[in-house]
Formats: sequence, structure tokens, C-alpha cells
Amino acid sequence: MNPENYLYLSALLFTIGAAGVLVRRNAIVVFMCIELMLNASNLAFVTFARMHQNLDGQVFAFFTMVVAAAEVVVGLAIIMTIFRTRRSASVDGANLLRY
Amino acid sequence: MTGGIWLLPALPLLGASVLLLGGRRTDRWGHLFACAMALASFAVGVVFFAQMLGRDTADRALSEDLFSWLPAAGLQVDFGLLLDQLSICFVLLITGVGSLIHIYSVGYMKDDVAKRRFFAYLNLFLAAMLLLVLADNYLGLYVGWEGVGLASYLLIGFWQFKPSAATAAKKAFVVNRVGDMGLVVAIMMMFATFGSINFSGVFAAADGASESAVTAIGLALLLAACGKSAQVPLQSWLGDAMEGPTPVSALIHAATMVTAGVYLIVRSNVIFDLAPGAQLAVVAVGAVTLLFGAIIGCAKDDIKKALAASTMSQIGYMVLAAGLGPAGYAFAIMHLLTHGFFKAGLFLGAGSVMHGMNDETDMRRYGGLRAFMPITFVTFGLGYLAILGIPPFSGYFSKDKIIEAAFGAGGTEGIVLGTAALLGAGITAFYMTRVMLLTFFGTPRWRGEHAERPEGTGAEPAERPDGTVAHPHESPGVMTWPMILIAIGSVTSGAILAFGGALQHWLEPVVGAQHPDLAVPVWVITVTTLVVVLAGVAVAYRQYAGQKIPEVAPAAVSPLTVAARKDLYGDAVNEAVFMRPGQHLTRWLGYFDGRGIDGAVSGLTAAIAGSSARIRRLQTGFVRTYALYMFAGAGAVAATMVLVGLR
Repeated sequence: MNPENYLYLSALLFTIGAAGVLVRRNAIVVFMCIELMLNASNLAFVTFARMHQNLDGQVFAFFTMVVAAAEVVVGLAIIMTIFRTRRSASVDGANLLRY
Repeated sequence: MTGGIWLLPALPLLGASVLLLGGRRTDRWGHLFACAMALASFAVGVVFFAQMLGRDTADRALSEDLFSWLPAAGLQVDFGLLLDQLSICFVLLITGVGSLIHIYSVGYMKDDVAKRRFFAYLNLFLAAMLLLVLADNYLGLYVGWEGVGLASYLLIGFWQFKPSAATAAKKAFVVNRVGDMGLVVAIMMMFATFGSINFSGVFAAADGASESAVTAIGLALLLAACGKSAQVPLQSWLGDAMEGPTPVSALIHAATMVTAGVYLIVRSNVIFDLAPGAQLAVVAVGAVTLLFGAIIGCAKDDIKKALAASTMSQIGYMVLAAGLGPAGYAFAIMHLLTHGFFKAGLFLGAGSVMHGMNDETDMRRYGGLRAFMPITFVTFGLGYLAILGIPPFSGYFSKDKIIEAAFGAGGTEGIVLGTAALLGAGITAFYMTRVMLLTFFGTPRWRGEHAERPEGTGAEPAERPDGTVAHPHESPGVMTWPMILIAIGSVTSGAILAFGGALQHWLEPVVGAQHPDLAVPVWVITVTTLVVVLAGVAVAYRQYAGQKIPEVAPAAVSPLTVAARKDLYGDAVNEAVFMRPGQHLTRWLGYFDGRGIDGAVSGLTAAIAGSSARIRRLQTGFVRTYALYMFAGAGAVAATMVLVGLR
């Protein structure tokens, strides 16, 4: 199968993720959309590694997974804390830090 | 004693320092110390004079280099003193008459709370004036010049709790500053033209300089002299300067201050001799001022202001003589010396009258005082005869010579100047006779003791505004003795100085000499002058003797009288020409500063503050908005990379 199709899939997944980040209010959903974008880029990395016949992309995909895991830990902790204080996980509700 | 010239200014300066720095501790003996210092300075001056008489004409001038003052690259100024035939005349006048005025002040200022300060300033005045006449370069002269200005400011405003006195002091200072700028400019031009500001250096180099440069320096010096000597157009401060205590007026008008301008012109005679244009300006100023002052003097009811106008007029005579070149320098100095005596006498007499009349200065409230103040009357009368120029009193010898020299200038100039001087003598006779008659003759016009008035002379005079009544009495001996000594000087000084041309020969090495060629014999001028003077006396006698003097100055008078009462609109001209445009200029500058410069600065800050207030609206606090910005930015970066071909 032509590996370019994986790139199209990756671009599609990234776009869905980005759109989700921009339009959804629920912090958990926004978070999941971010994961979707990260995994879309992972897919692109792996595809390019395959196309260029070297391992750089594979290694980068691992790095991304590690960073994503760490991010999930920190991000979920923040979301939990916000939910506990505000009884809501809406990202629009937490807008105190502004002009 | 060859050195020690420095003692002359140093002694009064020591007196001033001790009194000012010593504070209240010196209150009890301070005035005596100040008098002692003035007298000691006079004694030193007399010793120098005696020694000078003993030497040959050629080595009479003494000079003394004290220290190197300004050792700048192109400008070498040593602080030196020069005591020559011209300086010694001034030294003796300043210290002699100055000492007598000091002694007089002991009586006059007896009850003043700030007596010590007054005497300190008097000493400072003497020190500054002595430095002025003793310096051997223009910069040293300038230091003395400014010192005199400072001392006059302090003394005119001595009663600074009176707003009028404080204003008068400020006015004197500001008007003098205008003249001082002339001296500064002259010194700078001298340095630029001659490369030196020592008298010897300047006078040696003046011959080689272009006439235009010398004329410019001469005109700048004339401006300086106008300021200090109260000549038109810088005359306006002199009348207001009468706000100071009367001994100060005597000191300013006789011994110090106003004579400085005449000294400056006579000292710079080499420059003026080379600049006929500047000389013409000098005689014009002198002739205008002598008439100007005389006309003002006719209309003043305040005895001190009448005398002040008279000083202006008499200094006008001196400046006129000084502008005539070698033919007049000696007579300018002679008139200065005789005037120093008789004007001091007149002012001390006026002070004595005021002392006996509760500081009343309005002559319309005097009258018949000769019975109560005989010594004042006699000394004032002798000064009166001297200023009129009645032979053999001192004014006759000096003023007549100036009138002769003015006629001797030749041509139209001689006739115009001579006529002005002659007319001035007549007007002088008129206003001085008026002062005499209003003060010492006639019926009493004051309220108080001894004011017995003959039947049918009208109602009792009105009360004074402060409610006090006068009890005229003769002043104490400490005041009358200086007046008597000065009166002796007013009587004799002219004859002594003029005897065989004594002063003329004495000053010849410094200022040169030249005999005027007169178209008519000298006796014709003398007789004409006397006739004019007597006519002035007769007119005044007819108008004031035996007439009822209104207590308030009548309002229905000729336009000339109205103008003279307002100092011939001197203040009005200053206001219209300088003050109001100056105010407009400063107002406009203030507007420009506030709106233009401050406006630009605060406009810039306002623009930055306003735009940042709008820009910070971008920080909405919505996470998703920030995410949109980030996507948009990342998209823009990616699109740019694709477009410019960065792969």
C-alpha cells in the first residue's frame, strides 16, 4: 500500500484533533483531542521513517509518547484540581488570567 | 609706604565682615567699629595723597600686583591695584565723605533695630567702590562694579518690610544689570580686539585698533555708565532708590555708585578720544539727562525725590563734560568732587529735616522750619548756594567750567550743548529755590508743636495719615557735625580745586588737557550763567514765596508738570517697550513649553498608554482563543515556509 495514504490519514486525524481543541469546551475532551493530534504526528513520523528508510522517525515517535505520558500526568492533575474548586471542567470557565 | 594700597578697600571690607559674621555680639560697638574702619581707610588715603604730592608728576602713579588672578591660556589677568592721580581723587571723596556719612548715620539710625546690618552694608559699599576705582584692569573694576550694585540693592531695600522699598531695590538691581551687560560686552570686546583687559594693555593697543571696534567698545562702556550713573535711558531706578534710609541716599548720590559711571568714562578716556562717534553719544546722553533730571526735579513734592532728580541732572553735567574729551575730563571730575560735597550736604540736611519731622518727606507739609533747625538750615543753604553755582561757592567753579567747555566744543554742537547746560543751570536754580522756600520759609504747614500760624492763612493742616504730630527740633551733634564739615567742603572745595587750575594740572598725566577756544570772552559766559541762574531763582521766588502752598498737589496743571510728576514717563516707556513685550514673550514661551514641548512628550506617552490599553484586550483569558492564535501562527509559519520554498 502506498505510504502516502498514512500521511493523509495523519493529516485528517490532526485536523480532527485541532478542530476538537478549538470547538469543545470540556477540558477532558480538549485533552483527548490533543492526544489525537500527538498521535497523528506520531503516525506521520513513523510513515516518514518508513519512506526514507531510516530510524529517526521511529525514535522521535517514542520521544513523543514519553512526553505525551508526562503531559497527561501533569494535565490531568491540573484538570482535577480545577474541577474540584470550580465544580466544572469547562475551559471557558477558567478565564481569570486575562487583561 | 609704597605697598599697602590694598589696605584702602580691605579696611571697610574687614568692617563689613566682622559686623556680618560677628552677629549680635557686635551689636553694641559695631557701628563705632564701622566708622573707625571708614576713617582708617580715609587716613590711609590721606597718607597716600601726601606722599603723592611729594613725588614728581611722572612717578605719582603707584601700582601693586597682588596675585595672579586668571592665568588662562590667552587671558592673563593679575589682580592689581592702581593708585594714580585720578584714583586718589575718588579715594579721598569716597572715604572722606563716606566717613562723615557713617558718623551721621550713628545719629540717624540710632533707634533702628538692624543698625549693625546697616553699618555692615555701608562698609561693604565703601569697600566695593574703592575696589572699583583702584583696580588696574577692567575685570577688577567689574568686581567692584557688581559689589556696588549689590551693596546698593541691600541698602535701598534695607527696610525690606516696606513693599515699596523691596520693589525699589529690585528695580535698581534690574536696571543696573542692563548697564552691567554693557560692561561685560565691553570687556569681552576689549579682549577680542586688544588681547588684554588691563588698563595699560588696552590703552596701549587702542591706537592700532579700527575706529569701528573702538566706537563699539565706547558705546558699550557708555551703556554701563548709564546704568550706574542713572543716565537716560537707564535713569528710572534713581527716584525709587529714595526708599532707602537717607544716609544711603547721600552715600549713593555723593560718594559712591552714581559717580562710578563718570569714573568709567574718564578712566577709559583713551578709548573715547579715539571714537568721536561714542563721544557724541556720551555728550548727547549727558545733555538730555541734565535737562531730563532738572525738569523732573521741578515737579516733585517729596524732598528726597527732588534731590534725586537733581543728582540725575548734575551727573548729566559730568557725563556731558566727560564726553567733550580732554577739554572736559578734569571738569567732570571737579564737578564730581564738588557735587560729592554739596549733594551729601543737601541729603544729610534733608535727612535731618525728616528726623525732626517724623520721617515726613512731603515738602508741602514743611514750611518755616528755619527757626527750629538753624544748623540744618545753614548747612542746607550753603549746599543750595553751591549747587546753584553762585560765586564763590564750589558749584560755581565746576559748573561754569562745564558750561564753558560745552560752548567751547565749537560749531552747532557747542551751541546746542552750551544752551542745554545753561538752561539746566536755570532750571536747577528754580527747583532748588523751590525746595528751599517750601522747606525752610513760609508758614508752617504741619500739625504739632510751634505750629503757630498767622491769622487768615486758612484752616489747620490736615492730620498725617499715621496720626502723629510733628515737633520739629534740631538734630543731635553726631548728625550736625558731619553736616557742618560737609558744608565747609561745599563752600571751599571748588575754589581749592580750581585755584590756578590745580585739579586740571593734577589730572593732566592721566586724562590730558586742552583749552577750549571760545568765540566769546569767558566773562560773558559767566555773567550769562549767573543771569540765567538768578532768573530761575526769581521765577521760583515769585511763584512760591509768600504764596499759599496747597497741601495737596493741585491737579489742574500744565501737561509738562503732569509729565514731570510721572518722571517724564520713564517708567511708562519702560513698561510699554520692555515690560509688556517681555511679558508677552514669556507668556508665549510658557505656552510653547507647555503645549509644544510638554505636549509632544505627554502626547507620546498618552499614545503608548492608549494603544497598549487596546492591545491588552487580546488577553481574553479563554484558552481556546489562545489555541486559535497558536494554530493560526503555526499555519502562517508553515504557509510561509511552503511559499518561499524552505523545505
